[in-house]
Amino acid sequence: MKTYDLVVIGAGPAGLAAATEAAKAGLSVALLDEQTAPGGQIYRGIETAGAHRTAILGKDYAEGRDLAASFRASGADYMPGALVWNIGTDRVVEYSGNGSSHRIGSKAILSATGALERPMPIPGWTLPGVTTAGALQILLKAAGIVQEDALIVGSGPLLWLLAAQMVDAGCPPRAVVENLPKGRMTAAARHLARAMRAREYLVKGVLLMRKVRAAGVPVHRHATELAIEGETSATALTFMARGKAHRIESASIALHQGVVPNQQVTRLMRADHVWDASQHCFRPKLDGSGQTSVPGLYVAGDGAGIGGARAAAMQGRLVALAIAGKQDERASRLSAALAREGAVRPLLETLYAPAPEVLAPADTTIVCRCEEITAGTVRRTVDLGAPGPNQIKSMLRTGMGPCQGRVCGLAVAAIIAARKGEDPQVTDYYRIRPPLKPIPLLELASFGDMAAE
Amino acid sequence: MPRRIDPEGKSIGFTFEGRPVAAREGDSVAAALTAAGLRDLRDSAVSGSPRGIFCMMGACFDCLVEIDGIPNRQACMIPVTEGLAVRRQRGAVEVRI
Repeated sequence: MKTYDLVVIGAGPAGLAAATEAAKAGLSVALLDEQTAPGGQIYRGIETAGAHRTAILGKDYAEGRDLAASFRASGADYMPGALVWNIGTDRVVEYSGNGSSHRIGSKAILSATGALERPMPIPGWTLPGVTTAGALQILLKAAGIVQEDALIVGSGPLLWLLAAQMVDAGCPPRAVVENLPKGRMTAAARHLARAMRAREYLVKGVLLMRKVRAAGVPVHRHATELAIEGETSATALTFMARGKAHRIESASIALHQGVVPNQQVTRLMRADHVWDASQHCFRPKLDGSGQTSVPGLYVAGDGAGIGGARAAAMQGRLVALAIAGKQDERASRLSAALAREGAVRPLLETLYAPAPEVLAPADTTIVCRCEEITAGTVRRTVDLGAPGPNQIKSMLRTGMGPCQGRVCGLAVAAIIAARKGEDPQVTDYYRIRPPLKPIPLLELASFGDMAAE
Repeated sequence: MPRRIDPEGKSIGFTFEGRPVAAREGDSVAAALTAAGLRDLRDSAVSGSPRGIFCMMGACFDCLVEIDGIPNRQACMIPVTEGLAVRRQRGAVEVRI
């Protein structure tokens, strides 16, 4: 078994930057990524998107090219199509690739697995035709496919970015339906002075919104009672706005309610996590060098708390420098730049905190898509005495389907916390176990033979 | 309906439920099916209701299909190759021994 100084999991900005930096510092580095090409989701398709597609996706997207190119030239071992399904307490990483499983050893591990979209359980959200907003953007980035007449529903920076990209692609959405409660702008305004330190993000946001409006896309604000109609696939979105009932027909409805850290690797490793009340999600507890409570396990990028692509790359570099023992002047410059990046977060987090309706789905709404468990069933089971997410999981199978809680986890935890009137930190989260994703039994069986050799 | 924005790309052929589907090189199975307007990819394991793509990044497992006879494949994670036989997945898959 080969052992590396550093094994990086994930080829988004944090992973690419960290692997490049660590290799440059002379460490032996392996980068494992489930996708077939570098970029993560933010720079998905970065090496293959042509000039036309890249122009539509914008210059922030194009920044990913240098990251990918530097990584390719870094000398780090790159293992695309590698699905990490277990990491032992001895930091041996087990992964599946090309139909068989393999293992590599590591002195340090960097989890750079990024973010997932926050669950947005509303009636009808399991129908074909309903996707996340991220899914429509991935179709655009990776395959140059745009949905015509789509509805973009929810809130967050990605909502506007996607809508603007669709305008530029010549397929403006049929409407943008934003579900932010009233008063958010006023609440966010108190963070404006600080956010001005990273004003380019504010300018970008305003320009995106302007572009969408200028294209004649109807924008509905403060929408509530969102629901999707359809028998065998989505046909329309219904909602209340300005005291009136609305119904907009569309076969493609994209939901978004912000992004949250992907906790699967850090939870698997039993690292300590904290509830981030501002970001409404859990994130791993880290020391100054990006190390978790598990020695040798580091986190950089959105998986450490949402900060965006540029911050992710900076964190990746900083963690690599820390592991390589190079806490020099460059590291302090990077730290300063990272702090500046973070200046916009309090404003964004206040403005785009998830809508109360999303955190408290109606009793009849499915929250666990895999096992088709409703919010009401979770609440009734809490009333019966289930103390937390793992007991709910045992009793109802929420989080036990193939997605292993990636989609429902935060929704279920929030419902339990609210029902018990408890802080989410106390409620906590699902215990994540190997394999991190389902792998074929045959592969596991032959892996045993291989390991014995 | 979905539209492709790139003027051209190398064409690849595969089948869905035995019917020919035109894909482009670089498409995932899920992207190619989406471009062809095919959205109903399986019946859910519990209630048998229709499901299609959802996250497109390998997290949600909603786009599970049968590919070349192997069930529970994530359509969004598998690149299309010439001649793939993709089928809708119906309900929970039983283990065949």
